[in-house]
Amino acid sequence: MAVLVVAAHDNKSVRANVANAVAAATKLDSDVHVLVAGKDCGEAARSAAALQGVTKVLHVEDAAYANWLAEDIAPLVVKLAPNYSHVVMAADSVGKNVAPRVAALLDVGQVSEAIQIVSPDTFVRPIYAGNAMATVQSGDKVKVLTIRPTNFKAVGTGGSAPIEQIGGEGGKGLSSYVGAELSKSERPELTSAKIVVSGGRGMGSGENFKIIEALADKLGAGVGASRAAVDAGYVPNDYQVGQTGKVVAPDLYIAVGISGAIQHLAGMKDSKTIVAINKDEEAPIFQVADYGIVGDLFQIVPELTAAVGKK
Amino acid sequence: MKVLVAVKRVIDYNVKIRVKADNTGVETANVKMSMNPFDEIAVEEAIRMKEKGAATEIIAFSAGPAQCQETIRTALAMGADRGILVQTDAELQPLAVAKLLKAVVDKEQPGLVIVGKQAIDDDSNATGQMLAALLGWSQGTFANKLNVADGSIEVKREVDGGLENIKLKMPAVITTDLRLNEPRYASLPNIMKAKKKPIETLAPDALGVDVAPRLKVLKVEEPPKRKAGIKVKTVAELVDKLKNEAGVI
Ligand SMILES: Cc1cc2nc3c(=O)[nH]c(=O)nc-3n(C[C@H](O)[C@H](O)[C@H](O)COP(=O)(O)OP(=O)(O)OC[C@H]3O[C@@H](n4cnc5c(N)ncnc54)[C@H](O)[C@@H]3O)c2cc1C
Ligand SMILES: Nc1ncnc2c1ncn2[C@@H]1O[C@H](COP(=O)(O)O)[C@@H](O)[C@H]1O
Repeated sequence: MAVLVVAAHDNKSVRANVANAVAAATKLDSDVHVLVAGKDCGEAARSAAALQGVTKVLHVEDAAYANWLAEDIAPLVVKLAPNYSHVVMAADSVGKNVAPRVAALLDVGQVSEAIQIVSPDTFVRPIYAGNAMATVQSGDKVKVLTIRPTNFKAVGTGGSAPIEQIGGEGGKGLSSYVGAELSKSERPELTSAKIVVSGGRGMGSGENFKIIEALADKLGAGVGASRAAVDAGYVPNDYQVGQTGKVVAPDLYIAVGISGAIQHLAGMKDSKTIVAINKDEEAPIFQVADYGIVGDLFQIVPELTAAVGKK
Repeated sequence: MKVLVAVKRVIDYNVKIRVKADNTGVETANVKMSMNPFDEIAVEEAIRMKEKGAATEIIAFSAGPAQCQETIRTALAMGADRGILVQTDAELQPLAVAKLLKAVVDKEQPGLVIVGKQAIDDDSNATGQMLAALLGWSQGTFANKLNVADGSIEVKREVDGGLENIKLKMPAVITTDLRLNEPRYASLPNIMKAKKKPIETLAPDALGVDVAPRLKVLKVEEPPKRKAGIKVKTVAELVDKLKNEAGVI
């Protein structure tokens, strides 16, 4: 049976992590369909059709889906689900909101944040902030899973799957979208950036994050933060990396003034190379860092920024 | 309006987790247990609603072994009015908990249910959404700010790109994110008072809920360990390593 990937998108294109979800789906079955639902989202549907491994795109135009309200999108997925062995979503704020609602409506369990597909019914997922790995087997008729994008290498583009138009289910009127306060940034998106520079409580203020940003801009990096830095109001909530924030696995992760609590490590310890800058040589972050440098971040970070540009 | 809050008993977030040698789970014997941190935020939010006059009664729900009484007592000491314990030693997964919660909601008819966004043991982030589905209610997940208005609730949500505002028809299910509030500590007099507050104990059977797990846990293992690298003395040395050894810049 085919696998259904439910894609989040901005009308112009599907989110980058849909390519990771498709990669996971191709490990389940060779027949992979992608659902693109929204209002004026034809371009996004075309972007899904271009992903390698996709065999069909289901394109739904219905104003009810314009803002991805779970109450409205879940019944559409539930209506399609009986034709599929699996429903797959990326474990981002859309997938985490929608997939469990779909699962419960289907009376099935959910596999949250799968990091490995062992077989079509067996998955590995982290528990306890990644301090243990559980292998779980699902006996449910339709298997609903969210996948952790950083653990599945994104499929490429260049495909040309057929796009089928299907009808929507309309809105339920349970909830309505009011608006968003999105943090504007020209920098690469945190979860897909090749390099991430994160600041912690050691930054001392939001103003001081300027030195993190300067380093990030020099490296073409995304900017992240610890929970402590977000709670203190230095940076917006969507910067948080960790167990209960975003999971990143860039080629290079630079942790600045971050102690390395397990909840933070859960979000970045799969990075290829980790650098820690901390004045406390006992800080746990050094236990996972490939390269540590002990000292005052206010001195080291500007020095590093000046040094990385030089040939 | 009655508010129902869910409080899960989990291994305290400061405890270093150890996987059992036989790979059946993690060590829980003689380990400090606490209320799931997101549930403390749920309880706090309900209390603030009551203080503002938006809520009339707060019921704290927990499902699990007899010791969950203690977790409910903590909620009562913070300011919840009474407790409901669905007692079972069975392994409970989010769908089962959502069904137990639904059975209690059917009985108690709250106007709002507040749960944590994620239990820090199973890290599922599913129960609240599942409950909303089973009830056919609206859901406000990852709540950063709530505002109860007439028959509706405005929810500011923490999403990937920042914050999002939605408006939900009541009754609704809310899941809490970290920035919703800072939970209070229970004062000594309130801990004493909480001892007299009632806790009703129910069995899953009596609620007509089959709690059998849908996901079979085949094994639980240690994650691959990352080994510590080296300390460098200077920024020049660091840049050299990143360029020539790691090849990442
Ligand atoms: C339910 C729950 C969920 C959580 N989820 C997350 C999560 O998703 N992500 C997350 O990050 N945390 C999370 N946490 C919080 C986590 O436990 C830690 O409290 C947090 O990560 C600490 O942030 P920090 O390292 O910035 O601050 P601290 O632990 O205070 O560390 C600051 C560090 O900066 C260093 N420093 C200070 N000044 C300087 C200087 N001038 N130069 C160099 N170094 C300096 C200090 O030596 C110290 O090591 C969660 C906690 C709970 C309970
Ligand atoms: N056994 C339980 N008892 C009480 N509440 C629970 C239980 N399991 C889950 N919950 C609630 O559901 C939230 C999300 O849990 P989860 O879906 O397991 O990550 C928790 O923060 C609790 O509020």
